[in-house]
Amino acid sequence: MISNGYRQARWLEPTVFELSRSGAVGVDFPELDPELEKSLKNAFKEIPEDLKRNDLGLPELSELEVVRHFTRLSQMNYGVNSGMYPLGSCTMKYNPAISEELVDDERITYIHPLQPLETIQGCLEIMWRLEQILKEITGMARFSFQPAAGAHGEFLGCLIIRAYHRDKGMLHKNVMIVPDSAHGTNPASAAMAGYEVRVVKSDKDGCVDIEMLEKIVDENVAGIMLTNPNTLGVFEKNIDKIVDIIHGVDGLLYYDGANLNALLGKVRPADMGFDIVHLNLHKTFSTPHGGGGPGSGPVGVVEKLVDYLPPPLVEYDEKEDIFYLDYNRPKSVGKIKMFYGNFSVLVKAYVYLLRIGGEGLVKVAETSVLASNYLLHKIRKLKGITLPYAPESPRKHEFVVSLSKLYKETGISAKDVAKRLLDYGYHAPTIYFPTIVEEAFMIEPTESESKKEIDNFYNVLSKIIEEAYEDPEKIKTAPHNTSVGRVDEFRASHPKTMIPSWRIYKTRERV
Amino acid sequence: MIHPYIGLTEEEVKLMLQEMGLDSIDKLFEDIPSRYFLKKSSKYSKPLSEWEVRTHIKNILSKNRVLFYGRLFIGGGVWPHVVPSIVRELLKRGEFYSSYTPYQPEVSQGVLQALFEYQSLMAELLDVEVVNASMYDWGTALGEAFRMAKRVTGRNKILYPHYISPERLEIAETYTEPSKIKLEEYAQNINDGRIDIGDLEEKIGEDVAAVYVEYPSYLGFIPLNIKKAGEIAHDHGALFIIGVDPTILGIFQSPGKLGADIVVGEGQPLGLPMNFGGPLLGIMGCRMDIKLIHQLPGRLIGMTSTIKGERAFTMILQAREQHIKREKATSNICTNQALCAIATAIYLSLLGKNGFKKLGEQILARTKYMMEQLSRIDGVEAPLFKTIHFKEFTYRVKGKNSSKVILEMMEKGIMAGICVGKWFKELGESILTCTTEVHSKEDIDHYVKSLREVLEK
Ligand SMILES: Cc1ncc(COP(=O)(O)O)c(C=O)c1O
Repeated sequence: MISNGYRQARWLEPTVFELSRSGAVGVDFPELDPELEKSLKNAFKEIPEDLKRNDLGLPELSELEVVRHFTRLSQMNYGVNSGMYPLGSCTMKYNPAISEELVDDERITYIHPLQPLETIQGCLEIMWRLEQILKEITGMARFSFQPAAGAHGEFLGCLIIRAYHRDKGMLHKNVMIVPDSAHGTNPASAAMAGYEVRVVKSDKDGCVDIEMLEKIVDENVAGIMLTNPNTLGVFEKNIDKIVDIIHGVDGLLYYDGANLNALLGKVRPADMGFDIVHLNLHKTFSTPHGGGGPGSGPVGVVEKLVDYLPPPLVEYDEKEDIFYLDYNRPKSVGKIKMFYGNFSVLVKAYVYLLRIGGEGLVKVAETSVLASNYLLHKIRKLKGITLPYAPESPRKHEFVVSLSKLYKETGISAKDVAKRLLDYGYHAPTIYFPTIVEEAFMIEPTESESKKEIDNFYNVLSKIIEEAYEDPEKIKTAPHNTSVGRVDEFRASHPKTMIPSWRIYKTRERV
Repeated sequence: MIHPYIGLTEEEVKLMLQEMGLDSIDKLFEDIPSRYFLKKSSKYSKPLSEWEVRTHIKNILSKNRVLFYGRLFIGGGVWPHVVPSIVRELLKRGEFYSSYTPYQPEVSQGVLQALFEYQSLMAELLDVEVVNASMYDWGTALGEAFRMAKRVTGRNKILYPHYISPERLEIAETYTEPSKIKLEEYAQNINDGRIDIGDLEEKIGEDVAAVYVEYPSYLGFIPLNIKKAGEIAHDHGALFIIGVDPTILGIFQSPGKLGADIVVGEGQPLGLPMNFGGPLLGIMGCRMDIKLIHQLPGRLIGMTSTIKGERAFTMILQAREQHIKREKATSNICTNQALCAIATAIYLSLLGKNGFKKLGEQILARTKYMMEQLSRIDGVEAPLFKTIHFKEFTYRVKGKNSSKVILEMMEKGIMAGICVGKWFKELGESILTCTTEVHSKEDIDHYVKSLREVLEK
């Protein structure tokens, strides 16, 4: 197959500001009843002049113009529904349509979070049931659904670690260990929670360097934030030693659940010795990523940390057969989000879990790991591509190869190859992450793809590698088949040319 | 196992293993010490078919109770509003919802331009130059704004108003506590909600990073001397942060003109359903001042060009963010609320400047009308603050416990509001109620009539 004839839509779509037609309306409101009109007049009289607004610069469009505009924009966007999206660390699996349909039910959309308890039993029951399943999958004792994303969960996790140590009188604990292969949110979350970040290097197998860990762990260490399998896709085989070292100084282990897909139904974070975990429902549990959210990053903890979770938790009173919200949590770290989290995202994850079932989860883990190793098996033979770290060890749901040999031999970088992949109707893998791999290419096919699609992705990649050696210009100028050509990132962020809003565009235009 | 969500067939699995020279998938898991494996696989349920799941969810949801649209009068952080049909219709386009953060701008112009438009439309509303691509909600945006103020000014104290949302305050406390920011309250006049200028002047000093005001306040009134608070902040080298429910901005002065350096707020009223409290949309913006922008958390989308000079959009100033700066980043935020921001972009494009002003009038008219009607009931004091209100206001029922009133209204099929006396003791048995464009005049009349009946009981 190779070329699927991909041509992304190329609308020269103006912004809504340029589409504006004076007097056009996209929405109408009921005419005000005379009595309401009278009240409005009364209200207006009370507003002092300097608190009145007279300058609203919103554009004016008809309903159809708005529909067309955003439809065209959507056509200039690539999603899992468009094609394979092997973006490593992001688990871009299929997002079931049924979830989208069910959350449009008015018994979700038109429910206010502060309604009386007896009117929200359905919502609470969904949260409660979802929690039971997540507990089973992870081995944790309780979950909080407040975090709106993975990073938000990490922040909460770090706050819990801090609260625990304070509670135990260990006020000196101010250091968080983070591997050099960790996602950027890990150190950022630890710092936000007040920790000094101490970096542990990866060893030749891409795992936490145990010798170094032993050296840098002291009484001040509060914990470690770990992804397992790590961002290289390698299982941290010395996890038992890491657990001993960290627990040995009364530290806690935080599990970044972004990579749980590979272990679903097989290995549980709690059984590996982790104390806290966040899950990315918008990755592992198939809720759509939405072009950058809304996600959900529930945090689960072992029994001894339950008291520190934010209020409220959903409880079930068996005798009365009623679900309720428990706000009485005196040791809690405090709220980190309005109300109870991104509820409709929770519903989607619950729907997915029911559809796939307990047995299905095992299959998800197995097929995602098979797909990734199969693709790696083929790709690693390509010229210019190497597999750094533990070449003999299987990868899990994702793998990271280096294109640095290709770069040295042809001048074609990981970014260039990524751009050329777009031309063939594929989304690019994650590039330049983890930073410990030069010219990193991080690939995660997920369990959603067929062998045919994976094979074709491989064929395309191998063709691009050939091009790199024979006709590198074509790659350097890629992409050609997308809505726009290669974007000038430098100009975009330069203080003199940066345009973060239409307002700034207008002032720059004037200059 | 054959499942609609799994791409590989049994046959393909065999072929792939063969090609790799393996006899089973288990070989790929052999690097994991065997003691970690679950003896039994997770058995919470067998896979259910689409129909079975639909039935299950619909049955659970039937335990929720939705009242007639016009019977829900609760606000306090999430509000009932009209969401035009095409907002959801457009969000359901798979090219939008099934995409990731736009790391490859060339195939993601749709999301990028939509987010740029969200930033730009919101910038118009707020009257500032820069708005980020979203935060999780108003509460977390507030926490981040306080942290940002500390980074910008190098000072440690934040002054916040007495009538602040207790929930937002709690979130802000959680967010700021680790960086040793001190939050201190300043007073507001109990009769008209004005900021107590004397108290503010007494508390402000060289150690104050920012003064925060809510606009309207959590209790729905407009603090009429809001501008003065900003002047005081600026006189002392502090930043002025305004937290806003944006639906007021068709009628009331913009945060920009009121002197805000940083603006935060909740975007849910602009195109998002209540959804039992989430997803929401955290608004966060600031003036075009490099000192501020470099400390602004979150994603920013910019307009630029391709190498060849065509217009294009991409993420900008990423050097502030966690994936580059790691522990030195302005924030840890990565995934945000992008699709919610797109919903708001669609919503604002639909309303336009006239529609948005009309929305404000619809809400203002109902708020005033409802307060006028309630105040005519013997024994009802409405509103408690003698000033301008928008969308929400508090009232008190003489000699009657507020939770009891709410309960008895519920028996009549009306969700009357929430008790706020426990947060603001001086207000006693008071109820915060909310009215928006979803309520007809008859709905409000029905509320008033029902309250009268409750009192006569
Ligand atoms: C390994 C890892 N950890 C954490 C995160 C952060 O998750 P989120 O983007 O939901 O905040 C991500 C994804 O971005 C990730 O890949």
